[in-house]
Amino acid sequence: MDRNASARARKLTSRWALNLALFVAMAIICLPGFWIVLNSLRPTVEIMAKPPIWIPRELNFDAYVAMFSGVGQGGIPVLEYFRNSLIISVTSTIIALAIGMAGGYAFARYRFAYKSSWFLGFMLTRTVPGIALSLPLFFIYARLGIIDTHLGMILVYVALNVPFTIWLIDGFFRQVPRDLSEAAQIDGCTRWQAFWRVEFPLARPGIASAGIFAFLTSWNEFALASQLTRSTGSKTLPVGLLDYTAEFTIDWRGMCALAVVMIIPALLLTYAVQKHLVSGLTSGAIKG
Amino acid sequence: MANLTFDALEKSYGGYHAVKGIDLDVRDGEFVALVGPSGCGKSTTLRMIAGLEEISGGEIRIADKRVNDLPPRDRNISMVFQSYALYPHMTVRENMGFTLKIAGCSKAEIDEAALNAARVLEIEPLLDRRPAQLSGGQRQRVAMGRAIVRDPDVFLFDEPLSNLDAKLRGQMRTEIKRLHARLGTTIVYVTHDQVEAMTLADRIVIMKEGRIEQVGTPDQVFNHPATQFVAGFIGSPPMNMVPAKVAGGALWFEDGTELPLPAAFEELSDGHEVIFGLRPDDIYPEGHGLDAGTGDIVNLQLTVDLSEPLGNETLLFIRFAGAEWTARMLNPRNVARGERLNFRIDMARVHLFDAATGCSLGRQ
Ligand SMILES: Nc1ncnc2c1ncn2[C@@H]1O[C@H](COP(=O)(O)OP(=O)(O)OP(=O)(O)O)[C@@H](O)[C@H]1O
Ligand SMILES: [Mg+2]
Repeated sequence: MDRNASARARKLTSRWALNLALFVAMAIICLPGFWIVLNSLRPTVEIMAKPPIWIPRELNFDAYVAMFSGVGQGGIPVLEYFRNSLIISVTSTIIALAIGMAGGYAFARYRFAYKSSWFLGFMLTRTVPGIALSLPLFFIYARLGIIDTHLGMILVYVALNVPFTIWLIDGFFRQVPRDLSEAAQIDGCTRWQAFWRVEFPLARPGIASAGIFAFLTSWNEFALASQLTRSTGSKTLPVGLLDYTAEFTIDWRGMCALAVVMIIPALLLTYAVQKHLVSGLTSGAIKG
Repeated sequence: MANLTFDALEKSYGGYHAVKGIDLDVRDGEFVALVGPSGCGKSTTLRMIAGLEEISGGEIRIADKRVNDLPPRDRNISMVFQSYALYPHMTVRENMGFTLKIAGCSKAEIDEAALNAARVLEIEPLLDRRPAQLSGGQRQRVAMGRAIVRDPDVFLFDEPLSNLDAKLRGQMRTEIKRLHARLGTTIVYVTHDQVEAMTLADRIVIMKEGRIEQVGTPDQVFNHPATQFVAGFIGSPPMNMVPAKVAGGALWFEDGTELPLPAAFEELSDGHEVIFGLRPDDIYPEGHGLDAGTGDIVNLQLTVDLSEPLGNETLLFIRFAGAEWTARMLNPRNVARGERLNFRIDMARVHLFDAATGCSLGRQ
């Protein structure tokens, strides 16, 4: 075998090895999701069986049907929870993005006193586990009378997400050369126009990632929501999962079905936004 | 089109005084080059004209109107950045038409203006590409096209060619000159390349540490440098300089060499400490120079340390009065290292600068 042929063979094997490794890794990552979908479709006996039953014997949509039937017939107020989750997540994401863009831009472009201390301060807030704040928050909210309201949850999630959105968006604005905004101003833009027409489109991948992140955080958050909401009027989907636990039993099938209902919008959103996540938007702006 | 005036223009960054009072009148349609070493405040000055940098003191007037407090968009200038600063998310057409789009022109007008600019710069086939798909020279053209489309009162260039290779730089230089001839717009052109300044500009402004050293035509700054700094900055290879002292109608160098005092400097008093300056063109091996025939020629036997053949000429490195000097040899022949040659110095072309102030002592 000459050297070319052996080099080609080596390249081919390494490509297949890589594909195999990727497949195994993806399988491990996807397995829990797949398991949840599977469990939502089969009876609890089968879910709880030991040793586990890998090949389901019977699949049906009973759990989904039950979930959407009225309270009392094994149903839970899914639509209300869904609506609460949507209102809270979308509103808090929009606010967190607006603040993140303003803050990220300021950190990337302006010089001001104690800039790095501010930045560090924001980051440090992320080191506090959210659950540690639940009790103080509960007291404050109780006093303010915003416990069990959308507003309360929106505030919590904005506070939770803003440091991260600022940090991420700052990094993306830093990559947009300052010259571009100046060129736009010379071309006749106001600062504001230069931002929206030149800098914003170029930082869009960062803003989109920050948006997805903020949305998913609020959408999936459980610990604080379980403390601060209690009625159908404000409970979010993750908290709704608890409706399937009774004193001595847990309806695993129903829980899995609700989990699937939660996952779907998150997947759709990520899919819709991912086309904005392309990198390298700023290449070609400067130099040769 | 418009004239441009600086009146005691100043800029400080916090405590740092970057521009220390500049007065200059740029005539309508004039091509002015700002040159100077790195950090002397060229870009800062240009950015103050553009309105990208706040003015700390003095005044800038465009077409006799004070513009100190106008935002960049209201100054009717356009600028070509050193980095080109093309909008990466727009095609070449959109890049060039952006200014008209902001101004609210119709799509047809925008397309026509972009096409015209592309025609002038010969980049029509590139109109639908994005900046990332262009070579350095093409980006440079697009950046110029974008500036042309604005049809400004004043063009500002900040080292537009410094990212190009030598050959392309030469081509673009010619192109910029042609563009100026064609459009006749006032241009302020920043560069640290004195060749660019000499070839392009009607007048050259030489800056040093935030001040103007000299303003003049290429001929003036080359043949009549006002200061030692200007003399050293303009011309390539740079002017040879060495300290000397006037005594008894002659120039004495530190190593004891003596040269006659040129006629133009006869009034200098004895004991005057000067810097003796001579361009490489004005010292040459016998039979290999321009021989202006002034008659005021001094002959010297000097040893060649090193020679650099350039084809049409050869640069000879020699020691004179303890300094390394360069001499230009026209119609060159091979010169061996260590060869002793008879050099001729054209005394009528000697520059003398005051050793203390650096100012030229005559020949203004
Ligand atoms: N934003 C700033 N803050 C503080 N000092 C600055 C700032 N911008 C420029 N300077 C200083 O002002 C001086 C002039 O800078 P400028 O950019 O005008 O130099 P230049 O002549 O364009 O040099 P170069 O040829 O390297 O581009 C420099 O010493 C620089 O350090
Ligand atoms: Mg500069």
